[in-house]
Amino acid sequence: MLLSKIFHAAAIVATLLTAITAAKAHDYTVGDLKIGHPWTRVTPEGARAAGGFMTITNTGTKPDTLVGGTFVLSETFEVHEMSVTDGTMKMRQLDLGLVIKPGETVEMKPGSFHVMMIGMKQPLRDGETIKGTLVFERAGTIEIGYKVEPLGARAAGGAGHDHGSGHTAPKKAP
Amino acid sequence: MLRTIRTIAWVAIAGLAVAAALAFTGVLPGLRGTTPAPFAASIGGPFALTSHKGARITSDQLKGKPFTVFFGFTYCPDVCPTTLLDLTNLIKDLGPDADKIGYYFVTVDPARDTPEQLTLYLSSFDNRITGLVGTAAELAGIAKAYRAIYKRVETKDGYTMDHTATMYLMDRTGAFAGTIDYQEQHATALAKLKKLAAR
Repeated sequence: MLLSKIFHAAAIVATLLTAITAAKAHDYTVGDLKIGHPWTRVTPEGARAAGGFMTITNTGTKPDTLVGGTFVLSETFEVHEMSVTDGTMKMRQLDLGLVIKPGETVEMKPGSFHVMMIGMKQPLRDGETIKGTLVFERAGTIEIGYKVEPLGARAAGGAGHDHGSGHTAPKKAP
Repeated sequence: MLRTIRTIAWVAIAGLAVAAALAFTGVLPGLRGTTPAPFAASIGGPFALTSHKGARITSDQLKGKPFTVFFGFTYCPDVCPTTLLDLTNLIKDLGPDADKIGYYFVTVDPARDTPEQLTLYLSSFDNRITGLVGTAAELAGIAKAYRAIYKRVETKDGYTMDHTATMYLMDRTGAFAGTIDYQEQHATALAKLKKLAAR
């Protein structure tokens, strides 16, 4: 009983340490792939879905494919493509995954490729780092941490908040 | 004789096609600067929906005050929360003009977006934004009136919705007055809303 409690506490400490390390380094390597700054956003109240973004660079000589993954706070995880064409937003699950060709960097960002986490168990809050995995056809599985950026952020790290001249107020969720 | 009739018919069809093309590309008056450019005069029209607070809202009740309409859903990971946050910031920056406009968010996913869910979701944004939910027929009605598109798309574990991501600007008579695009610069959008407040 006591042992199991100690074990549980140790597991929590280990998780926290991993989270801190992930938040600091925030670049990951698995096989020939480099994963740059995975991030997501604060979700509105009651939101059940969130998008995840990152860059994936293939330094190898063979193509690899992102076929899936997990997010600890969501029930499901899908790889999607999104576009806004002629004013219409279209989102499609990539049934065959997202291919990263040799020497290529794929940018997963708002309005484009992203991973979608559906069935959120709790809201995502600013500054948190949430763990998950990515599964690649060749490189296998890698554990990553998603940094939670503010609601509506268009890019990681506060970039992309340009709202034209005369708007100096920081963009913040009410 | 038959040949003449046929020729006249073809000329008429060609004429209509040219007119339609001109209207569509915005060459005909009244359409410049709006994207996309469907037939402006025919955007908008009667609708009846239920607000996230449970009140019936009809297009007739909205007359006398300009308003904006955006179609979306709460399972939307990107365009919808971004647009609602942009709108929240715009409302803040409009200052006293903000209350001269009504702001409406119509869900294209009434199966999952109940009034309760909309209430929860909209609590993250400016409280002047009103969520609207309808039956399948009511939703089809407003979408038709606004030339808006929505479509259910199946995914591995559920479904998502394609939808029009443009914000409609409507004047105090309920007539189409322009659009704000997803990705529109804040200053441009703010200028459009300021103009709308006076229409």
